[in-house]
Amino acid sequence: MTDLSCNVLVIGAGPGGYVAAIRAGQLGLETVIVEQSAHGGTCLNIGCIPSKALIHAAEEFFAVREAAEGHSKLGIRTSDVGIDLAKTVAWKDGVVRQLTGGVSGLLRKAGVRSVQGRARILDGKTAEVETAERLLRISCRNMVIATGSRPVEVPSLPFGGNILSSTEALSLTSVPETLAIVGGGYIGLEIGTAYAKLGAKVSIFEAKPHILPQYDEELSRPVAARLKALGVTVHVEAVVEGYDAVRGVLRVRHGSTVTESAAEKVLVTVGRQPALEGLGVEQLGLDRDGRFIRTDERGQTSMRGVYAIGDVTGEPMLAHRAMAQGEHVAETMAGHSSGWDKRVIPAVCFTDPELVVAGLLPDQARETGRDVGVATYPLRANGRALTLERTDGFVRVVFEQGSGLVLGLQAVGAGCSELAGEFGLALEMCATLTDIAATIHAHPTLGETVQEAALMGLGKALHA
Amino acid sequence: MAIRTIRLPDVGEGVTEAEVAEILVKPGDLVREDDPIAAVMTDKATVEITSAYSGKVIWIGGEVGKTLAIGSDLIRIEDDTAAGLEKEPQVAPAAEPAAAAQSVTPVESAMETTPSPIPDVDTSTRKAASAPQPMQHNSAIPPRAEGASVLASPAVRQRARDGGIDLRQVSGSGPAGRITHADLDALFQQAGQGGGAATSSLRSQPESVETVKLAGLRRMIARRMSEANASIPHITVVEEVDVTEIEALRVKLNETRGDRPKLTLLPLIAATLVKAKRSHPKIFARYDDEADEVHYSSALHIGIATMTEGGLMVPVLRNVQLLDLFEVAAEIGRLSEACRTNKAKREDLSGSTITITSLGPLGAIATTPIINKPEVAILGINRMAVRPSWNGTAFVPRTMMNISASFDHRVIDGWDAAVFVQTMKALLETPAMIFMKD
Repeated sequence: MTDLSCNVLVIGAGPGGYVAAIRAGQLGLETVIVEQSAHGGTCLNIGCIPSKALIHAAEEFFAVREAAEGHSKLGIRTSDVGIDLAKTVAWKDGVVRQLTGGVSGLLRKAGVRSVQGRARILDGKTAEVETAERLLRISCRNMVIATGSRPVEVPSLPFGGNILSSTEALSLTSVPETLAIVGGGYIGLEIGTAYAKLGAKVSIFEAKPHILPQYDEELSRPVAARLKALGVTVHVEAVVEGYDAVRGVLRVRHGSTVTESAAEKVLVTVGRQPALEGLGVEQLGLDRDGRFIRTDERGQTSMRGVYAIGDVTGEPMLAHRAMAQGEHVAETMAGHSSGWDKRVIPAVCFTDPELVVAGLLPDQARETGRDVGVATYPLRANGRALTLERTDGFVRVVFEQGSGLVLGLQAVGAGCSELAGEFGLALEMCATLTDIAATIHAHPTLGETVQEAALMGLGKALHA
Repeated sequence: MAIRTIRLPDVGEGVTEAEVAEILVKPGDLVREDDPIAAVMTDKATVEITSAYSGKVIWIGGEVGKTLAIGSDLIRIEDDTAAGLEKEPQVAPAAEPAAAAQSVTPVESAMETTPSPIPDVDTSTRKAASAPQPMQHNSAIPPRAEGASVLASPAVRQRARDGGIDLRQVSGSGPAGRITHADLDALFQQAGQGGGAATSSLRSQPESVETVKLAGLRRMIARRMSEANASIPHITVVEEVDVTEIEALRVKLNETRGDRPKLTLLPLIAATLVKAKRSHPKIFARYDDEADEVHYSSALHIGIATMTEGGLMVPVLRNVQLLDLFEVAAEIGRLSEACRTNKAKREDLSGSTITITSLGPLGAIATTPIINKPEVAILGINRMAVRPSWNGTAFVPRTMMNISASFDHRVIDGWDAAVFVQTMKALLETPAMIFMKD
């Protein structure tokens, strides 16, 4: 028995799912979207947006604190600094509400029907949704699996109590005395830096030889330097063995020696895994790619009419990739031909300083067998960076010698996340060094450094 | 031990359900991975389902003849790795005759084994059913490897896609070999001039398409034809007929016709049908497939497929059993004139119990006529030609003609169709019999 039938059934209303549903609705496909909690998924509710809100609050607080301690180079003086974290969290929740409400409105406007509840796939054309009132059976012609991901749990550090995932870490109502972070990837560093600025004593434990292990050490070095300046201790090649909740200490092994480290709270950020449990996806017999669902260039799984987008389809697990995939499968389902031909998916880390990576890193470029050139332009030579009191970091361009084709663009520096747009555009347009160098970049902006790096690659830097 | 469920896999394009054709195991049977466990039938093919697990069958979800949705539970297996079935198939205990009988040979097993833990169909179907290609979208690596690299902006890529151009075959004039809008302009221009195709890599010529809206008679024909062809399972029988005698008779009759209309072969065939109807009444019927009723009329009304300027029309010779040859000829003349001048009345165009379609000299060797629904048979008349014929001692020239008759296989069996065609052949070859009383 079917309660509801539609053309497109989207399971999960995160950035991938809601974009797929909106576009499908706009294209005239009868669309239903199922979400068990709030629209917006991890990104809007417990990920990107709340963490950026917390980071911003921490930065503001830190600047005031620095002034109060007489460290302001700008001559700002103040005293009696404090923060009501509960109020901060309430403000953050307001931002989240505004955005999720916006998503719900956009879905309505596109004529998408929203169902709240937990979906279970019965077969490739049918799903059952447990809503608050009843069990609803929905049949569809096309199904989009967009259930996203959740934090990976470390067996020796099960979530609960003082052991937090990123979700809980973004909703603490008081700043912990000591915070240990297991995993030195971008999520751990972002939240760790924020709490350090809010006054916590933060330690970071990373098993690999340097933090942000997926990027090269040159890129992560300014971040490591800043962490040190903020009083954050970074332990690399450190394996966490367990947590003694009674004494509040974390046991850590470095090689053969085991040490203990005080930690009122432990934040575990060792990665994310696709959230597919209880969805019924296993029994569909879809081809997998490890834990992920394998999709073809149309975003379709091994079963016709069943699509998958976002984190369930693998790395990089980024909201903007999921959005692009969502738009892409909606157009595919509407019969528009659009193969997935994206050249670049930029990635941004809101560490301090911020990091932005697009295209190939120098080593990755060399692995393609090309004759690779690298030009690095420091922020300390940039006027805008100086006026922002932050000159740590650089912009780096990776290019092919001869043709000057830009293969990769990376930057690390305060405020550099906003360069992601230029980086993405340059790589997607197949820009050469000359294209960037010959484009007038406005003065005084951080973006000038991109032009300077390109000029440098051409051997004609002006300000270096 | 764990209970594994094997679900009905996606067995083909557009297939949402399949009928269980065979269940090869029963509860309690031990099966090994890749053993065939069932066969399902879709409207396109029968597909064998193999087990993805080794273990004991504990539950079967469908019986033979039952229709199951794709993805629904087919069989449950208690995973029996503890019994060593999976790891040591060679020493499998003798207490599993069913498994032994059904199991594939080790060599085949090795070839068929797939690492995916999913129930799957046989190799050929698997290829057709799923061609998964991983999305090339690792952020750090461009979508194409070096050498196959296509450099073009998203707008150029979109324009190429819309124009049917494979950019991998286009060389770019831009920096670093980037394909520009100007490069595409040049390709489109070349194609437009017609001379470019040979020298350029452009595969698709811009084509112009004229759209004509179907209306009136043409639209009616289109609807009726597709309805007839879609709903009626046609069986067509083609037979060779020696029409030397009946042609001679026709010529004779025409020589003495006086002021009566000239006879074509058609009135003679109509007379043959009158005669044949007596022994084969089932061929001359109207089948109401919605009511599951077949109506047999005592009268014979023959539809004559007629080409007009507007398209095909089928005027009806009514009560042919009451007419003589010349009356039939006169009526055919009147009807075809009425059709050509658009003066045919409703009763002139309805009620036929069989239809004759003849293209005269264009009649080809054989045709596959489409039944004029709700009739159950149509007789196609093919071209007449003098051909050498072996009479037992020598080749002699005979006037030969084929007839191609289609029947509605829902109500007419192949046997009856064949016997009817043989009756027609016998009557046409020995025309005196047409005019004999039974």
